[in-house]
Amino acid sequence: MEKELRLAIDEITEIASDFGLDFYPMRYEICPADIIYTFGAYGMPTRFAHWSFGKQFHKMKLQYDLGLSQIYELVINSNPCYAFLLDTNTLVQNKLIIAHVLAHCDFFKNNVRFSNTRRDMVESMTATAERIARYEILYGKEEVEQFLDAVLAIQEHIDPSLLRPKLDPQEEEEAEEVSPQKTPYDDLWKLDDREEPTQPTRSKKKKFPPQPEKDLLLFIEEYSRELEDWQRDILTMLREEMLYFWPQLETKIMNEGWASYWHQRIMRELNLTTAETIEYAKLNAGVVQPSRTTINPYYLGLKIFEHIEHKYNHPTEEMKALGVKPNSGREKIFEVREIESDVSFIRNYLSKELVKEEDLYVFAKKDQEYQITDKDHEEVKQQLISMRVNGGFPYIVVEDGDYARNGELYLKHGYEGMELDAHYLEHVLPYIYQLWGRSVHLETVLEDRPIIYSFDGNKGSRRSK
Amino acid sequence: MSEKQPNRFVVSQENWSLHRKGYQDQQRHGEKVKEAIKNNLPDLISEESIILSNGDKVIKIPIRSLDEYKIRYNYDKSKHVGQGQGDSQVGDVIAREPDEKNPGTGTEPGDKPGQEYYEAEVSLEEVEGMLFAELELPNLQAKEMAEITTDKITFNDIRKKGLMGNVDKKRTIITAIKRNAMKGKATISPISNDDLRFKTWDEEVKPESKAVVLAMMDVSGSMGEFEKSCARSFFYWMTKFLRTKYGTVEIEFIAHHTEAKIVTEEAFFSRGESGGTVCSSAYRKALELIHEKYSPSRYNIYPVHFSDGENTTADNEKSLKLVQELMELSSMFGYGEVNKSIRSSTLMTTYKKIDDPKFRHYIIKKKQDVYEALKSIFKRQEA
Repeated sequence: MEKELRLAIDEITEIASDFGLDFYPMRYEICPADIIYTFGAYGMPTRFAHWSFGKQFHKMKLQYDLGLSQIYELVINSNPCYAFLLDTNTLVQNKLIIAHVLAHCDFFKNNVRFSNTRRDMVESMTATAERIARYEILYGKEEVEQFLDAVLAIQEHIDPSLLRPKLDPQEEEEAEEVSPQKTPYDDLWKLDDREEPTQPTRSKKKKFPPQPEKDLLLFIEEYSRELEDWQRDILTMLREEMLYFWPQLETKIMNEGWASYWHQRIMRELNLTTAETIEYAKLNAGVVQPSRTTINPYYLGLKIFEHIEHKYNHPTEEMKALGVKPNSGREKIFEVREIESDVSFIRNYLSKELVKEEDLYVFAKKDQEYQITDKDHEEVKQQLISMRVNGGFPYIVVEDGDYARNGELYLKHGYEGMELDAHYLEHVLPYIYQLWGRSVHLETVLEDRPIIYSFDGNKGSRRSK
Repeated sequence: MSEKQPNRFVVSQENWSLHRKGYQDQQRHGEKVKEAIKNNLPDLISEESIILSNGDKVIKIPIRSLDEYKIRYNYDKSKHVGQGQGDSQVGDVIAREPDEKNPGTGTEPGDKPGQEYYEAEVSLEEVEGMLFAELELPNLQAKEMAEITTDKITFNDIRKKGLMGNVDKKRTIITAIKRNAMKGKATISPISNDDLRFKTWDEEVKPESKAVVLAMMDVSGSMGEFEKSCARSFFYWMTKFLRTKYGTVEIEFIAHHTEAKIVTEEAFFSRGESGGTVCSSAYRKALELIHEKYSPSRYNIYPVHFSDGENTTADNEKSLKLVQELMELSSMFGYGEVNKSIRSSTLMTTYKKIDDPKFRHYIIKKKQDVYEALKSIFKRQEA
């Protein structure tokens, strides 16, 4: 087995390189099921301890034990790149996984979204795990767990922009102050000046933050008056981890599509026996199976890549006029894998023909049933995009860090037609309160009306704006 | 073992047997689920499946796994994208809301992300442990009663030496015959000193603590399914609780409407009769039972009466008197009223006059109140 596997890896690596895939050196770890599902649940070989990972692990392990889970590919964006193989995999399963993960690794290495990710995250997360474990000893497990619960509830609300301005409201404030005030003591001279209405100058409250701030985690880390040093440290580390995972959230369809595209191409190059071919065909069908009620990223991504390749291999006159050369499909998809993320990938390449060909539709809940409501390709596209914007998470910004002039936190949801889960929101606000230390408000839209959810430390409330 | 192949790849298979992280955090999740169970005791103990599972040690209850709250979209109010097989039409139904009561048993499992259920294994002992930690036996008298012991003497051993009065004739003779037989002639005599066998005894000091529950229930027409299931839950846990405290607990079931009868447990809960209510009939029956079978010197007596409170008005005063009489013989008298309405019943109004720590009552308005009723009737006594 061991020898066969090495030979297979050698061959597949060779083929992948010949196809032009460009990956980091690979490290394949052969592990038993409970280990591989541990890594899967934590997203890393070593990560800090939290019950939510345990829950995930239990779920995955249970499905495996019941024989419900398909083959499992686990690859880590690092250099060298770690890939994990289940010790009970057949050779064909391993071949498919190896071909698949090589393409993932190529994607990690070349897609622009990943350009800022730390490639030493395996070590970094190990260090984080050790630090958090030490805090558990110093401050108590319960204490640390409660803090982690709170941070994990909002961990996706970071600003992952590749070029993000530094959070620094001080400069902005000064800039604003220059014109109305000549010297810092102007206020004093005005004290006796009764005629001058004080109202307008007062209401000219400095904005804090000057621009709505997307990075809730960073904002809390910098400005919360509540946090202890160790808590700030954890916040920083968890934000770092989220920044690392973020590109994967933003490129799920592309990344899986790319990997599926390549495992199919690579597997075709291998000399499989008849039995192996059948086994592979079954496995592949399982991976790229479309679903009626959700989008299978493996399948949709694969189809879009194939569609692009086909179009660029056979360009229309219009495309030719724009300089597209026939048979430039392969070249084009390599370019796409480099510069796009899911949102732009769908916007630019999910064509009308493809929506029709793949029979994509929009559905919604009506009474007790989920019904198809639209088949228009623009609608489908729009819906897919809105589901992928911001990694699929609602877009929340800090509007005011000194709301009611009382240091309260005012957040705003960038509502674009999708309502928030009110039940969940009511449970998340207390966590934000726990981190911020003062009342927390979140403005969103419910039933087409603006509404503000609040939590003041004791109870939650909601009012219309 | 691992072997390097320059640049390209490394395959390694390590010994992972010490890697327990997933299990550790799974255990923590399990603990949190248990905490959640504890917080849900009111729901849990009124769970019929537990009460009916008499004998099963481990009960599996589907409970929702712990939510990881995040700011997320409302799934049911959002639009989604799916994929057909080429023939989909606007208006096609592609999935249905899973049956609320049986999530995951729909025809198309996994149709909806919905709620995750976590099959928690809870042993009855655990539930008991959690529940009983909050209960205490009422009435200090109970403690004195529990110290009653009986000294039993049992002859359960044979020895070669002993008091002549305890000689075991049969065994002595058998031994003598055997010995004589070996010498050639199987006769009883002569009996030598070596043949003597004596009975010896052990003294058993056994604390005998017994309790009897006199479960009385109103089975008049007005007591419906809800009322009876509350009473059943209550009696179930009460008996379990008493059993952990006393060696033996007996239960007598007294059903009453205008007359009272001693019935079997089965009949007690399945019985549905019509007619009016005279509670005193049950109390009189209880007193009879105590005098006949359950002497207060040997038993801790717990008369507990469940009713909807709709007693014949004329009977209220008589009932009150009998309750007081019962209390003198009992460790506690519990009265549970299952009454969904807001106003208190005539019976309750009468009982409110009782000022005796032995009298404990609780009005159950909803199923979850059974838990509160247990806690209130078996609450700790402040010294």
